[in-house]
Order: sequence, then structure tokens, then C-alpha cells
Amino acid sequence: MAGKTFLKRIDWLSVFIYFALTAIGWLSIYSSTFTESNPSLFDFSTFYGKQFFFICVSVIAIVFVFATEANLFERFSGIIYTIGIVLLVGLFPFGKTIAGATSWYNLGFFNLQPSEIAKVATTLAMAKYLSDIQTDLRRQKDKLYAFGILIIPAILIVLQPDPGSGVVFFALTFVLFREGLPLYYMAIGLVVLLIFVATLKFGTIWVIIGVSILIALFYLTKRERVKISPLPVVLFFAVSVLISFSVRFVFDSVFEQHHRDRFNLWLRLEKDPKKLEQIRKTIGYNTYQSEKAIESGGFTGKGFLQGTRTKGDFVPEQHSDYIFTTIGEEWGFVGTGTVVLLFSILLLRLVYIAERQKNAFSRIYGYGVISILFVHYLINIGMVIGLVPTIGIPLPFMSYGGSGLLGFTLLLFIFLKLDANRLKEWD
Amino acid sequence: MKKVLLSSIIILIGLTFLGRLSYLQIFSFSPNQILEDAAIKAIYDYPERGYIYDRNGKLLVANQAAYDVMVIPRDVKSLDTLEFCNLVGIDKSTFIKNIKTARIRSPRLPYVMVSQLSKEDYARLQEKMRKYEGFYIQKRSLRYYDTKSAANALGYISQVTPADLKAHPYYTQGELRGKTGIEKQYEDVLRGRKGVKYIQKDRFNRDIGPYKNGTLDTLPEPGKEIQLTIDKDLQEYGERLMVGKHGGIVALDPSSGEILSLISGPTYDPSLLVGRKRSANYSKLYYDSISKPTWDRSLLAQESPGSPFKVINALIALQENVLTPEDQIRCYNGFYVGKNRTKRGCHCGGGLRDMNSGIYKSCNAYFAGTFKQIFDHFDTTDEAMDVWQKHVKSFGLGEYLGTDLPTGSRGRIPGKEYYDKIYGDNRWSWSYIVSLSFGQGEVAVTPIQLANMTAAIGNKGYYYTPHILKKIEGKPITNPMYTQRKYTTIDKENFDPIIKGMEAVYKTPGGTAHWLQVPGIDIAGKTGTVENYTRINGVRTQLTDHSIFVAFAPVENPKIAIAIFIEHGYFGGRYAGHIASLMIEKYLKGEITRKDLEKKMLEKTLEKEYAKPFSGEPFKINERSW
Repeated sequence: MAGKTFLKRIDWLSVFIYFALTAIGWLSIYSSTFTESNPSLFDFSTFYGKQFFFICVSVIAIVFVFATEANLFERFSGIIYTIGIVLLVGLFPFGKTIAGATSWYNLGFFNLQPSEIAKVATTLAMAKYLSDIQTDLRRQKDKLYAFGILIIPAILIVLQPDPGSGVVFFALTFVLFREGLPLYYMAIGLVVLLIFVATLKFGTIWVIIGVSILIALFYLTKRERVKISPLPVVLFFAVSVLISFSVRFVFDSVFEQHHRDRFNLWLRLEKDPKKLEQIRKTIGYNTYQSEKAIESGGFTGKGFLQGTRTKGDFVPEQHSDYIFTTIGEEWGFVGTGTVVLLFSILLLRLVYIAERQKNAFSRIYGYGVISILFVHYLINIGMVIGLVPTIGIPLPFMSYGGSGLLGFTLLLFIFLKLDANRLKEWD
Repeated sequence: MKKVLLSSIIILIGLTFLGRLSYLQIFSFSPNQILEDAAIKAIYDYPERGYIYDRNGKLLVANQAAYDVMVIPRDVKSLDTLEFCNLVGIDKSTFIKNIKTARIRSPRLPYVMVSQLSKEDYARLQEKMRKYEGFYIQKRSLRYYDTKSAANALGYISQVTPADLKAHPYYTQGELRGKTGIEKQYEDVLRGRKGVKYIQKDRFNRDIGPYKNGTLDTLPEPGKEIQLTIDKDLQEYGERLMVGKHGGIVALDPSSGEILSLISGPTYDPSLLVGRKRSANYSKLYYDSISKPTWDRSLLAQESPGSPFKVINALIALQENVLTPEDQIRCYNGFYVGKNRTKRGCHCGGGLRDMNSGIYKSCNAYFAGTFKQIFDHFDTTDEAMDVWQKHVKSFGLGEYLGTDLPTGSRGRIPGKEYYDKIYGDNRWSWSYIVSLSFGQGEVAVTPIQLANMTAAIGNKGYYYTPHILKKIEGKPITNPMYTQRKYTTIDKENFDPIIKGMEAVYKTPGGTAHWLQVPGIDIAGKTGTVENYTRINGVRTQLTDHSIFVAFAPVENPKIAIAIFIEHGYFGGRYAGHIASLMIEKYLKGEITRKDLEKKMLEKTLEKEYAKPFSGEPFKINERSW
């Protein structure tokens, strides 16, 4: 392969954004874990020192990915997936438990988190299966098979227990929709979610009234000639009411108090502002502190290494899941806005790249990458700024964590490699 | 459609995030962050409060150390509670209650376990302190009084209230601030400026180093020492004389307006409002509604001035050329006023009076006649009233004097509007208000106004606004309010016959203070005996007259002008006159030659008189014997 033409074909914009985000992330980790007594930049006992090492490892991985034949990723996807699953299963006897979750292998100098690798493996396997000429998502069996690919690692991860990372695999369902799963599945999911939230927020009666109004509007606006049998409409109504009733039951009787508190907080269900404030400061402590830290940054921020809340360690897990608060406090709206813009541009760019793939495997894999990155970005930043309930997953490329960084790097750069290779014939 | 869907969601989420971030960081952002930031603690370094000295450089107020026992609940290990309680002088239930409160506030932060230990307790505790883990002793600075006098004038300091905090952002919770008297008036001077260190904290409230390397920190500015115009010896002497008497004494230096003493009786030891028993003592003083020790009578009591006011009427008569000092008026052991020729009494013995004898015998009839002539001199009563009021007010009466003390009263010099309201427009004349001629009726003044009036007479027509601050850090005050003369509307030469009359009060046999002369000092003075009433169970009841005296000395270039007001002391020549005589001698000579007179004043009290209205039984007033 002629190196020059290959380099030309790489999407340098994505590469640039990747390195920009990684650099901002590393600076923020440095700022949130730096202490006056330990000023050396590359001390490997510190978080920023380790992260620097992982960045170097990631760069080596990038070179390695670029040097690999593109079609090998497709050919070995099954094996990679199997290795991923084996690693996940192996955690149960051999894993190392940190903070209650058995999610790591102790490799001496660092802990490997196989769930991060499983994200790459599952995306590859999903792309491989869906791009197979014999797969037809209209068939129930294939639907179940495709779903099985993502549900197996998800369940294994939830059992660790690391429910946050498990949830991420469901992001891959988005790929299924792109590849032929009818959109009404998504619609049903959205309606159930909507009824759930609406019931908690406004109560069952209002949900029934709302649904009735919707049906009435539907009949009023439909064209005369279109005949619709009343059965599905009645069914829709009945199911909505049933869900609405069961939501109250589930919420009051099945949920535990700490679940209820998260919803109380998220949907502002508590009416008494004093009690709400109390919940914010106790159960919502993390979000309360992260919001306060971001808020205190103002428009331009307090300056690099000047974040008082960052220095004071007010935000828990600030170097990993809450890394965004450091940017918020020290770089202000300018910094947070830049990060949001970078992520948005990267994701849109990847959508554009995915759509230009002639090869189904590359395209589907691309969508998988986008879905996984997007869900991480959505949940992490959403959680940190108080829009999404607390779910502990890292911010891609930025949060501290070697496995995570390596996983996201492989995920992205395999796709960029496939893209660079798109005009070549597949043999 | 599916192609666009994902891109649209990405853009939508991006916009949502930007919206939320701008809400947090732009709209909710508060620029006043350094004080609100939970991660920054301000540690204050309090300078020592300035000392207060008297006019001769004698110490009045300094500072003393006090010791608070602090506790950090988390660090407390098991201890012999009973022994500890005995050492610091609290009981066990207080101990348990305080520990509980401290724990609720924060297990990591210090809390005052026992405040303001005495030196003795501190000494006993100090050597055993290491036994009690989690406890330590913190030094505080309190006021120390080198005198038992001038409590009201000096005032006190106490912790800022929530209202203070709102009005004065300088202060933070728990700081001390002057509440009354000089401590309040010169708070900014005495207090200095606290220094501040900003400390970076972690989420456990532990210090982790200076904020921004201390670039925002400031050093404390020490409080300034001040010198008062008060003469410590005179003040203390006056308060000794006032024991058992209610009233006020104000002594001024007429040549400068400096307040030499500001005495309110009964008073209290200013040290009572310092230390652990402070609040108990304060309640006791504050709720004493009979003797009202915290109410500064010298500045606030408004009473009719009585006979000293006669000289003002005489001055007005001379100024308006309505009579000469030699003009005579007959006293019929009283005088007749109004259509019905009602007789009003006089105690001077009757006969022909000129201005001199009118003053030294304090003849009511003479001044009623003078008053009539003033009003007859003008075309209308209104015009006469205006002129009269203008002259009286030029002596600093009827309005706030503008002293540099935080309290004061206006007093009352009524004008035509006042009487129009009572009697109706043009429905009154001089005979209605003739009581004003001898300082009774609607007119009211405070002791400090009376002293200032006396100073103006002594100066023959001008005064300096009375003030109590002499120097700050050795530099004399320059405020023109207190260094510029204020002139009365009476010409200088008109004062001579008046001052002669006031001298005669002492020097002429039959003068109302003849027996109170101070050997070797020429004094000009005037007695006053003021009828007064109170309500007992809704019935207007007359009480024993107030005893009033004003004087200045020496007559040429007076160095002291004094006004004395003794509640229910009967004749002006009794309590007030005696005290005035002693105070003047004390100030000008430094010692008292008439020991028997002094002994009498130190021993006599009026407690019996003050108990009368509360006894619930009928009582006699103005008793001859004393």
C-alpha cells in the first residue's frame, strides 16, 4: 500500500478533533488531580502521569490500526467478539473488584477493563452480522439474533455490576433502525417513556386525558376516505392507560427509595422547594456539586489550575466521570461550549463519513461507532449539567481511564481506517 | 429520513447542552464569587481596638484578653466530663447540650464550648488542657475599663445583629461593634480595619493552602487611640455625688465646647457589660424601668428648665429694648394675670424688683412683667412670639444640638403654631403662656442644652457645639462643626447686667445660692425649681419639684459651664446647687475645701423621694426637712 495516498485519504478533521479532545481531557485531569507537592508532569503515580502513558499507548494503537489490512477487521470480527465475551465471563472468577464492581483485570501496572474492549468487539460483530447478505431484519429470527449480539455483553456487564456501561450497548439498537428495523419500535419505546415520565410528573388522569385528546385529534384531522379499523386505536388507548397505572405501581412499590429519589430530583417531583434543596444536597450531591462547579466558572472561567472547587475536591470522581466540571470551572462557558461543539462536529462528521461508505460493513460499523460515542457524550454531559439522571459512564477521549481511552481510540480509528480504505476493492 | 434523523438529534442535543450551559454559566453566574464560594474561607485578623483616654491623657478604656474554650467534636476522645466541667465552671447538662449543638453544626469545625473564661479559670485549665483532646483555648480581646464611670457616654460593644449585618457589609457574623456612646460614634476610628486571608478549602472544609497565593489578602489596620474631652477626675467625682440621685450633669468648657463631664444618674460600672455575665447584667440594667440606668439623662431627659430660663427672657427684653436693667417691677408676693386677675405666686418675698434683684431673688413677678413688656412691644402676639422663639433657639435650644454623641433629644421651644393648635388662631395672648417667662409650661430642654446655654451666656453671645472627641492619635479634631463659633442673636453688651445678676445669686445676701459660694472663685449661676407631675393610676399627681442649677466660672473668661438637673430634688439651691458648687471647685481648684458640704452631698440620697409614687399610699411633696 502506498503510504502517501493512504495518508491523503485519512479524515484529518476527525483525527484533529480526537487529539484536541484528548489534549483538553488530559489538561483537565492534570488540573483536577494536581497538587503543589507533586508538580512533575509525568510522574506515573499520578492520574495525569498514567493518563499520559495511556495516550502514548493509544497513539501506538492508532499506528497499529492504520498499518493493519482493513478487511482483517471484518474477517476477524467474530473472533474478536468471542475474545471479548470470554474476557467478560472471565471477570467472574478472575476479576478485580473496585468500588463494588468486578470490572477489571489486574495486569500489574494497570487494570484492564474488558467492557471497554467489548464495545469495539460488539460493534464489529454487529456490523459483520448486519452486513451479511443473508441477514434480513424483517425476519423475527434475525431480529432476535442481532439483538442477542448486543444483549449478551450488556447482561454480562450489568452483572458485574456496572449498569451504566451495560446501558451503552443498547445504543447499538440505533444501528438496527438504520439498517431496516421499522421505526415504530422506536416510536413505541418513546411513547412508553413519555407515558412513564408524564405519569410521574402530572398523574394518571392527565395522561388519560392527553391520550384521549391525541386520539380525538387523530380522528378529526384524518382524511375522510381513509378507513381505520377501531381495534388498534382502542388497543393503543387501553395499553396507554394500563402502562400509566402500572407506572404508579412500579414507582411506589417496586422501586427502592434511592431510585425514587433520583426521579424526584430529575423530574423535580418534590413540590416543597426546601425538601427539594435537601434532596439536591444529599442524594443529588454529585450533581449539585458538579452544577455548582460549572456555574462558578462563569463565562470565561477561573483560569487553568485556578478552579477553587476543583482544587478543593468538591466534585467526586472529577478526573473520570465528572471531568467536564473541571472544564466548566476553569474555562467557563467558552470551554464547555468548545467541547460541546467539538463533539457535535465530530459526530456529524462521522455521520457524513458513514453515509459515504460503499461497503455495508464499513457503514454499519460507522453507525455503531457514532451511536456509542453519542450515547456516552449524551449521558455524561447530560448528567454533569443535571439534565439526565446520574449514570456513571465516562466522557469519550477525555475522562481518566486507560481501557476507556484505548477502547474509544480503537473504535474511532478502525472506522477511520475503513474509511480511508473505502475506494479500494475488497478482496 | 433515517439519514437525517441521527444528524438532527446530534444537533438538537448540542443546542440543548449549550442552552443549559449558558443558563448555568451566564445567567445563574454570580460575580460576587469570592465570598459565596464554598471552597474559599476568609480568615480575619482582627486588630486591637483603640484605647480611649481622658482630656489629660488618663486611661479610660483599654483591652484585656479573654479565653474561649473551643471544641472540635470529631477530635474529642473520652474524657473525665465531671472534672472538665468543674474546671471550666459549667454543669454537665450544659456540656452535653453544647457538644450536641457543635456536632450538629459540623463535626469538623470549632465551636465555642465555654466563652470568656476568667484569668483564674484559664490559669487552672491551661496546664490540664492537653488531657482533653479536641478542646483548645482561643484568645479573644475584650474591653477593659480603667474607670467605673461614664458608662453611658463610653457606651459598649457587642456582637453584630442580623440587622447590622444587612446594613453594614463590612461585618461578619460574630464580630463586635460599638452599640452605644463613643464606641458607636467612633466605631470606625476605634475598630481599625481587619485583615483578611483567603484560604482554599477542600470538601471536608480542611485548609489546603492560600487562595491565589495570598495575592488578595490584606493586612489589618490597627484601631486608633482617641482622647476625649472628658475629665476623668471630674467625671468620677460627679458620679460619686450622684449616688442615690436621679438626674444629669453636664459640664462644658465654654471656650471650646468640650464636654468635661457627662453624668447620668443612676449609672453603672461599664465593666458589667464585659465578659461572661454580660447578658445577665444587661437584662438587669435594661429592664430596670424605675431608675433606667442605661437611659442617658444628661443627653435625653427633657424637662422644663425652670428659673435659669428667666435670664433668656431678660436677654431678649434687653435686646429688643423693651426695658433697661434699672426699670422696676413690683412683686406682690406674686402677680396678677388675665381678665380675672388671677394671682400667680412668687417666693421672693415681694417688693420692687429691678433686673439684678429679679435674677438673684428669682422673682417670678419680675419676669412675668418682662415677658408682658416684650409682647406689648410688638404689634401682634404672633410677631412677638416669632422674635421670642428666634432668640431662644439661637442658644441651641429646641433643636438637636449636633453633638458627636449618638443620642440626643430636641427639647421643645414652642412657637405660634404650637399655641394656635392648642387655643386656636389668634385666640391666645401673652397671659396664656406667661409660664414661659420663668421656664415652666411647654418649654423643655435637656441638661446638655442647658449647659450649652449657660456656656453661651458665659461667653457673652456665642458657643461651640458641645463635643466629646478631643484628639485622634494625638491630632486635635478639625471638624468645623466643633471648632467654629456659633453666635446667639443677643448682642455682647446685653449680657453684662445678666451676668451681674447671676453673680449676685452667690454674692448678695438673699441670693438663692448665697451659702454655696466657693471661696476664691467668682461664679455666676442661677437656681431652678421645676414643678412636675406624673400620673398615678390615671390621676395627675404633683411630685416634689426638680432641682436645677446652672453656673459658669470664673465669671471672666469662664473655664467651666455646668448644668445640673436632679429629679425631685426640690429647691434648685439644694441638691443641684450644692453639686454645682462642688463640681466647680473640684474642676478649678482640684480639691474641695468645704468638706462638710461635700460629706453632706455624698451621703444624702433621694431614694425615699423616688419610692413615693410607687408606694401606693398618699405622700407629701416638697418636704422642708432634708
